[in-house]
Amino acid sequence: MADVVTKATRESFGMALCELAKENDKIVVLDADLAGATKTSIFQKEFPERFFDCGIAEGNMMCIAAGLATCGKIPVAASFAMFATGRAYEQIRNSVGYPKLNVKIAGSHAGISTGEDGATHQCLEDVALMRTIPGMTVLCPADHYEMMAAAKAAIEHEGPVYIRLGRLAIDSFNDPDTYEFELGKGITLHEGDEITVIATGLVVNEARKAVEELEKEGKNVRLINIHTIKPIDRDIIIKAAKETGRIITVEEHNVIGGLGDAVCDVVTSECPVPVRKVGVYDRYGYSGPAWELLEKFGLTASGIKKVIEEELAK
Amino acid sequence: MNNTDKRQLKILAAKARLGAIIGTFNAKSGHPGGSLSAADIMTYLYFKEMNVDPQNPSMDTRDRFVLSKGHCCPSLYAVLAQKGFFDWSELESLRHVGAMLQGHPDMKGTPGIDMSTGSLGQGVSAACGMALAAKCDNKDYRVYAVLGDGECEEGQVWEAAMFASHNKLDNLVIIVDQNGLQIDGPVAEVCGIEPLDKKFESFGFNVIKINGHCFDDIEAAFENAKTVKGKPTAILAKTVKGKGVSFMENQVDWHGKGPNKDEYEKAKAELEAQIAGLEAEC
Repeated sequence: MADVVTKATRESFGMALCELAKENDKIVVLDADLAGATKTSIFQKEFPERFFDCGIAEGNMMCIAAGLATCGKIPVAASFAMFATGRAYEQIRNSVGYPKLNVKIAGSHAGISTGEDGATHQCLEDVALMRTIPGMTVLCPADHYEMMAAAKAAIEHEGPVYIRLGRLAIDSFNDPDTYEFELGKGITLHEGDEITVIATGLVVNEARKAVEELEKEGKNVRLINIHTIKPIDRDIIIKAAKETGRIITVEEHNVIGGLGDAVCDVVTSECPVPVRKVGVYDRYGYSGPAWELLEKFGLTASGIKKVIEEELAK
Repeated sequence: MNNTDKRQLKILAAKARLGAIIGTFNAKSGHPGGSLSAADIMTYLYFKEMNVDPQNPSMDTRDRFVLSKGHCCPSLYAVLAQKGFFDWSELESLRHVGAMLQGHPDMKGTPGIDMSTGSLGQGVSAACGMALAAKCDNKDYRVYAVLGDGECEEGQVWEAAMFASHNKLDNLVIIVDQNGLQIDGPVAEVCGIEPLDKKFESFGFNVIKINGHCFDDIEAAFENAKTVKGKPTAILAKTVKGKGVSFMENQVDWHGKGPNKDEYEKAKAELEAQIAGLEAEC
């Protein structure tokens, strides 16, 4: 097992773009005056002639990306998740999604772990919005190594991709020597037959800690990491529903429209079992240090462990 | 431009108008007014200005066209059909279930359409992206976008204008089809956009004002645009909404409805008479 890397996924993404751009001259990067924050500045420094700052005009940026894609470029358009997917939703729907253009949309500062900037910047709807666009692939990597692999897969995939990036530096838990990323395939991180936890993004590692604590207490909890929320891995979910009979989903997102709903879509049609959604319950966030907010919203290991215990008791 | 060429363009433009009438009649919907006002400009672009090959619609080196006012596609479709991108008979199934020709341009389904448009303000940004791609690759293709004057109320048009001039996209020409009318009434009354020339000038554009139905004007503007380096060009084309069909001209009602049978016959007869008159001159 390699050393634990503590890095925000936005930074991993910026690094990955640099690596990928060395091999692929079609990659160009657009930002909307947030390059320093989204970390596309890492790319900008290395490839200034392939980086275009569109200024604070996210809708325009998405359509510029669309135009570049029609001419064979692979544009990566980055902003905060709120503005990339919220403000520019309609541009993405009509000018990127509808013509199935090969645009990669990077939404940074997703979730309440954005922290002190508060509710206006803590995007809790990006996954829901992007899931509604036909043909859109939606990625939500959980650590540095997964982000590096996901960025590569996003670039190699022909078609629109949304990739969710976080602001907060988090510990890696995947082993780069054995880790394999396959678009649309979930990863079982921990075997178990009593209940299944399905998590995505930053909270996967928190869920992992909770599950390992419970293992010490003799509980067998299955943990699945869903890095591709769309298209979702139906097989791994159905199997978990059948074998464990109860599911908990965990996401740093509104429980409306996110991972939890995506899992419910599969379960209700294929193998109905109780699903408890852990996330942000249809409300706005507020200012505060990221870890304190995650704790308040029950999205750290202790909060997740408590929910698992409650569900196991049912 | 010599008179023979001009007459030829006038015939093609009249046929484009006829195609728009055939399409919107058969669709029982669509946007004839703006289709007719932009017909001369689009005819000139496809038959005089742009390097395109109907046999190879996705040719790398082609000039690109974006109809940012996507709702005016009925006459664009008729221009593309005349150019040979697809059969003229497709116009009869415009907006029908399963038809190739959608209510707004679909680049995935229709040969010759370089960008899917319909949501106003977005096409001009996509055109900026195309022009930027040409600059990145040191290619000399040019990009043309037709906008509506009402469309200029969209903030995104000005975001795109800032981007185009900041990035010195001198390979981009935007043409504003200034027919003066939008759905809710005259542009000047709904939410006035003037002085449009000064706006584009202050955004760093080379601005040319023309009569959008005069082929000499149109030719001179596009030739001028090619000589300007370091900045994009905006051609402000004064036009008549509904141009070429007497009862549609300058009538806001004809923004977005298809002609009924009687109206269709009347419009068709007028346009066919124009075409016959022009052909008799040849």
